[in-house]
Amino acid sequence: MDQSLVGRSFPPTAPYAVTEDNVRAFAEATGATYGGGPAPATFPIVLAFGAMNAFLEAEALDLFRIVHGEQRFAYERPIVPGDVLTATLSVATLRQIGGNDIIGTTSEITDADGALVCSTSATLVHRGPES
Amino acid sequence: MSLEPRTFTVTRADLVAYAQASGDHNPIHQDEDVARSVGLPGVIAHGMYTMALAARAVADWFPGAQVVSLGCKFTAPVVVPAQGGVDVEVAGEAKDPVDGLTTVALTVTCGGQKVLGMPKAVVRARTDD
Repeated sequence: MDQSLVGRSFPPTAPYAVTEDNVRAFAEATGATYGGGPAPATFPIVLAFGAMNAFLEAEALDLFRIVHGEQRFAYERPIVPGDVLTATLSVATLRQIGGNDIIGTTSEITDADGALVCSTSATLVHRGPES
Repeated sequence: MSLEPRTFTVTRADLVAYAQASGDHNPIHQDEDVARSVGLPGVIAHGMYTMALAARAVADWFPGAQVVSLGCKFTAPVVVPAQGGVDVEVAGEAKDPVDGLTTVALTVTCGGQKVLGMPKAVVRARTDD
């Protein structure tokens, strides 16, 4: 991976319609119950993960070599069913340590009006074959 | 103020459900051989699964509060055995609110070892009660 990636933004993900069913499935997968209303705080990862997958595909990186190093969310407002959301990923930093690429990404999650809902940053560790 | 620690059990079946719900089908969370091939000790929970448990504890401690920010590093894997499950404990220390915002310093452990680095949530307490 080369430094020219730093600062690059990738195309926005296809609009994702948040439904009660997919929020409930997400909540129940972590043992919580869901009775409507705001989605769990980590739900925006669904959007960010979609953006990351598109990024990995564009850069021909294997998901199974990715280990998650860090994740941060800053919320403008809670996500609720009915939202139609899009994530736009950009590469903030790139370092090589011990045969691994350490990739810092940020994803801005916006609603159908283009308003920012959540800004999230992730550190992805791409483990090289020799690590 | 110390918050009542919460313990959650994670099983392989939970990881399968979470992969479906989140879209994260990384095989290191399902397949022992793939996990070991990249140097992991076995199938590990999604880091975001563990973070979701931390968020669950925060939601339990502050019902209905809006989460303003949430973040952590993933410092040690949560290895999930093929049979049974593994317990993850979430403890929290709430600081005094500043401008309506409460910072919660979390401690998330598995088998006595910290698995998240500096996990922290900031919540806006409800003002309607």
